[in-house]
Amino acid sequence: MSAWRGVVQIGVGLWTTLRQLGRTSTISYPEVALQLPPRWRGRPVLTRDPDGDERCVACQLCSAVCPTRCIELQAGERADERRYPVSFRINFSRCIYCGLCEEACPTLAIQLLDEFAFSKEHHADFVYEKEALLIDGTGKHPHYNFYRHSGVALSNKDKGAGLNEKAPVNVRSNLP
Amino acid sequence: MNVLLMALGMLISTLVLLGLAGFLVFAERRVLGFLQNRLGPNRLGPFGIGQALADALKLMSKENFVPNFADPVLYRGAPILVAFSALVSFAVIPLDQHFSWAGNWNIGLLFILAMSSLNAYGVFLGGWASGNKFSLLGAVRAVAQLVSYELPLGLALLGVVLLSGSLSLNGIVAAQTIPYVVLQPLGFVIFLIAGVAETHRLPFDLPEAESELVAGFNTEYGGMRFGYFFLGEYLGLTLIAVLTALLYLGGWHGPWLPGWIWMFLKTGAVILGFFWLRATLPRPRYDQLMALGWKILLPLALLNILATAFAAAMWRLG
Repeated sequence: MSAWRGVVQIGVGLWTTLRQLGRTSTISYPEVALQLPPRWRGRPVLTRDPDGDERCVACQLCSAVCPTRCIELQAGERADERRYPVSFRINFSRCIYCGLCEEACPTLAIQLLDEFAFSKEHHADFVYEKEALLIDGTGKHPHYNFYRHSGVALSNKDKGAGLNEKAPVNVRSNLP
Repeated sequence: MNVLLMALGMLISTLVLLGLAGFLVFAERRVLGFLQNRLGPNRLGPFGIGQALADALKLMSKENFVPNFADPVLYRGAPILVAFSALVSFAVIPLDQHFSWAGNWNIGLLFILAMSSLNAYGVFLGGWASGNKFSLLGAVRAVAQLVSYELPLGLALLGVVLLSGSLSLNGIVAAQTIPYVVLQPLGFVIFLIAGVAETHRLPFDLPEAESELVAGFNTEYGGMRFGYFFLGEYLGLTLIAVLTALLYLGGWHGPWLPGWIWMFLKTGAVILGFFWLRATLPRPRYDQLMALGWKILLPLALLNILATAFAAAMWRLG
């Protein structure tokens, strides 16, 4: 009786494998483009705001949060008092693509876009400077411009003059 | 001159068989891929067929290494014995009524059984001479498995011999007015199971058993010496498939097409069936393997012979 059950089960198994014929789940990657998920964490880039200025304000938060310490930057200030990174360097042979820099960035400047396949012969080639990191687009957030919301005074804009901003309140007049 | 031509012909048949074994390695990987939702090797050449050539080149260009703890003579000899015994068996295989080296030899079937026993020696000596405990365990398993499955295999073949009254493969095929799979269904099943076990392929690959014994009897082998074992395994697979086609599926008999095409079709179908089995079945435990061989297949094979002999005797009397 058990032998008969074994025979039946072998038949069921054979039928199960036969049904898999032609149900290939492999994607022939270099020939067929991958459908990456929208929140894919690829290589970090520096984006620009909709007006074409650099979004990065060189606050060092990405560098501080980076678990592998692969981001290094120097801050500078433009003539209109807007801060910017003088140099920005990411060592991609150490980057683990965790995305913490993207989460830490207050201005949505550093973003992990969808480039994932890049290989080099030497480790030194993985050190990307600012020119290689800065892209001309806005990345995942096409409309965001930090300075329009920030409440920071700049030479061409006073406090409270931005979008969704209210005029500063005198805190002493506000006491109960 | 005649001898020279014959030698040339044998060389060509050998090369064709070796090429066939190489192609089967590739075909198996491809078919397994399709059965397992993968693609298999598809990069080199049309349909990936260059993979067979690449594998062969890789094996041939590797160093022929002999470990210092191995028995040097037997270690070198064993793979050659395996490939030799598998290749020589094909001498008695007819592709057609008139196309074979020794298809009319009156002990052809016996010769194949003898060569498959020699094959067991090759596997055992290879494992033993390696001087490695995994190899030794694989070799011990190989011997036990081959001995216990050669018995039902031979007994199942005896049914065919009883029916056809001949031990030559040409004679057996000529005697099949109806394919013997109809007259000997039990013998056919026993022959297939024992045949898979004889070639120690999955699900009966206990001598190799990657998950338990590293690679079993060929753990210490590399390069072309491993290649000989590989060739021997795939030639053995082809041999069992050809034998199935010849002994049970009517050989070259078939409507419309020429005989040798029927042989190729039948053999190919059996080989595909072996690939399919490999894609499906898990490896049995060792005691289950022994129990299947001695407690189920052997009594069934004896019963098969008994029934066949009884029927043949009745037919002759009446």
